[in-house]
Amino acid sequence: MKNPHKTQKIAFSLLFLANLLVVLPVGLIVLIIIQKGFPAMNWQFISDIPRLGMRAGGIFPAIIGTIYLVLGAIVFALPIGLLAAIYLSEYSKDNFLTRIVKLSIVNLAGVPSVVYGLFGLALFVVFFKFGASILSGSLTLGIMILPIIITSSREALESVPQSFREVSLSLGASKWQTIRHIVLPNAIPGILTGTILGLGRAAGETAPILFTVAAFYLPQLPKSIFDQAMALPYHLYVISTQVPNVEEKIRYGTALVLLVLVLSMNLVAIIIRYKFRKRKKW
Amino acid sequence: MRKFKEFIIEKLILLCGLASIFFVILIFLFLLKEGLSVFKTVSPFKFLFGKSWYPISEPAQLGILPLILGSLIVTVGAAIISIPIGIASAIYIAEIAPLRLKEILKSGIELLAAIPSVVLGFIGMVTLVPWVKNTFHLPTGLTAISGSIILAFMAMPTIVSIAEDALYSVPKSYKEGALALGATHWQTIYRVILPAASSGILAAVMLGIGRVIGETMAVMMITGNAAVIPQSILVPVRTLTATIAAEMGEAVVGSEHYFALFAIGIVLFVISFVINVTADLFLHKKQ
Repeated sequence: MKNPHKTQKIAFSLLFLANLLVVLPVGLIVLIIIQKGFPAMNWQFISDIPRLGMRAGGIFPAIIGTIYLVLGAIVFALPIGLLAAIYLSEYSKDNFLTRIVKLSIVNLAGVPSVVYGLFGLALFVVFFKFGASILSGSLTLGIMILPIIITSSREALESVPQSFREVSLSLGASKWQTIRHIVLPNAIPGILTGTILGLGRAAGETAPILFTVAAFYLPQLPKSIFDQAMALPYHLYVISTQVPNVEEKIRYGTALVLLVLVLSMNLVAIIIRYKFRKRKKW
Repeated sequence: MRKFKEFIIEKLILLCGLASIFFVILIFLFLLKEGLSVFKTVSPFKFLFGKSWYPISEPAQLGILPLILGSLIVTVGAAIISIPIGIASAIYIAEIAPLRLKEILKSGIELLAAIPSVVLGFIGMVTLVPWVKNTFHLPTGLTAISGSIILAFMAMPTIVSIAEDALYSVPKSYKEGALALGATHWQTIYRVILPAASSGILAAVMLGIGRVIGETMAVMMITGNAAVIPQSILVPVRTLTATIAAEMGEAVVGSEHYFALFAIGIVLFVISFVINVTADLFLHKKQ
C-alpha cells in the first residue's frame, strides 16, 4: 500500500496540470492575436471600406453591420426575455407548466447555432419574405440569446430578498407595483450583466447569420433594416478561408477587432457584477 | 383603470413566459416543414445510412452516413480529450485551489467561453493545423484530429462550470465526515465527493458533448470538409453542422439539396433535444 499522502500530492499536481492545459492556451491565443493583429491597427483599418477584393483597406462596414445586428437582437430579445424572467421568478408556481417552460429554455440554449441559421432562413427570410436582411439576422440572433437573458435576469430577480416584496405588499402596493418599483430596480445590475453577455454572444456568432443576413462583400453601409450587411465574424471567416492571398496582418487584425469587441462587453459585464456585489444592501 | 392596466401587463408577462415553449416548437415545426420534403425522393433509411453524399450530382445522392460518422469521430476525439481534463480542472477549482488562484482560473475559463468560435477556428487554422500536419507527416493538417482538439477546448467551459457546480453542491457534512474518519483530502474527493456529485458531472459531460456536436464554424474551418466515410482520425472529415453551413449558401430554395440540408437540421435538433432533456433530468435527480 502506497503512502496516501504521497498519492494525494501526485493527484493534486495532476489536477493542477489539467487546469494549466485549459488556461494557458487561452492566454496564449489572446496574446498571439494581440501581438500579430496589433500592427494592422490604424485609423484606416477601422474606418475604411474593404478594398482590392478585401485584401486591403479596412473593415468598417463589417463593424457597423455587427453593431446593427447586435442592437437589433437586443431590442427584440430584452423585452421578451425580461418579461419571461419576471414570469418565472414572480408569477410561476411550482407545477408542470413551469417545468416545461424551464426545459424549453434549456433546449433553446442547446440548439446548435447553425440550426438557428436554418430556422431564421425558413421563417424570416423565406416565409415572412424579409429576405437576407438585418431584420432577419437580428431576429434570429435575438431568439438565440433569449435563454441567456432569461436565465440571468431570473437569477437577478430571485436574488432580491423576499422581505422586500412582503413589505411593499403590506403597504398596500399591488403585485405589479411591487415588481415595478421594488423588485426590478434592485435587480437591474444583474439584468444588465445578462444583457451584455447576450450582446457579446450575438456579436461573435457566425452560423446564425450565414444565410440570414451576411454579405460576402458589400463595400457600403446598409441603409435600412431590409438591407444585407457585412458582419465581423463572417468577414473573418471569409478572409481566412474563402479569399486567397489575404495578408496575415489583415486576418489577425480582423480577429483582434472582433475579440476586443466581444471581450470588452464581457469585461463591462464583469465590472457591473463586481460593483454590484460590493454595493449590495442585503 | 389601474386594475385593467395590471391585467394587461400580467397577461403580457404570462405570454412572454410561455414564449420559450413557443419558440422551441416553432423551430422544430419549420425544420420539419422544409426538411420532410426530402423524404419524397429518398427514404429515411437511405437518407440516414446512405454511404454517399453528392447533393448536386445528377441524380443527387443524399446519404448522410459519411457526415454522421464525421461528426461522430470528431466528437469522440473531443470527448476523450475534454472529459478527463475538464473534470480534473473542475475538481481542482472546486476543492483544492486557494481563493486567489481559483479566481484566476475561473476567469481564464470564462475568457475561453467568450472567445467567438470563428476566432478559435482561425487560430486553429494558423497554429494547430500546421502542427498536426508536421507532427503526423500528413499531406494536410485539416483533419478530424485537429477538429477534435479545438472542440475539446470549446467544450471545456461547459464541462468545467457545470461539474464545478455539482461538486460544490455536495453537502459539507459528507466531506467533514470523511475527513474526521482520517481520510486524506484526496481520498475524500475520490471516494466521497466525486460519487456524490456523479449525476451532476454526468450532466456536465453530456452538455459538453452537446456543445461539441452543435459547433459549426471552427469545425468547418479546420476539419478539411471531405464528405467521405472516415477511415482514421488523421484524414479530412465533414460534420453535419459544417455541411449545412458550407452548402446552404449554394442550395436553391425549394430544391432537393435545400430540403436535405434542413433534414440534417432535424437530425441535429433531435440530437441536441435528447441530450439537453437527459442532462436536465440528471441535474434535477440529485438529492
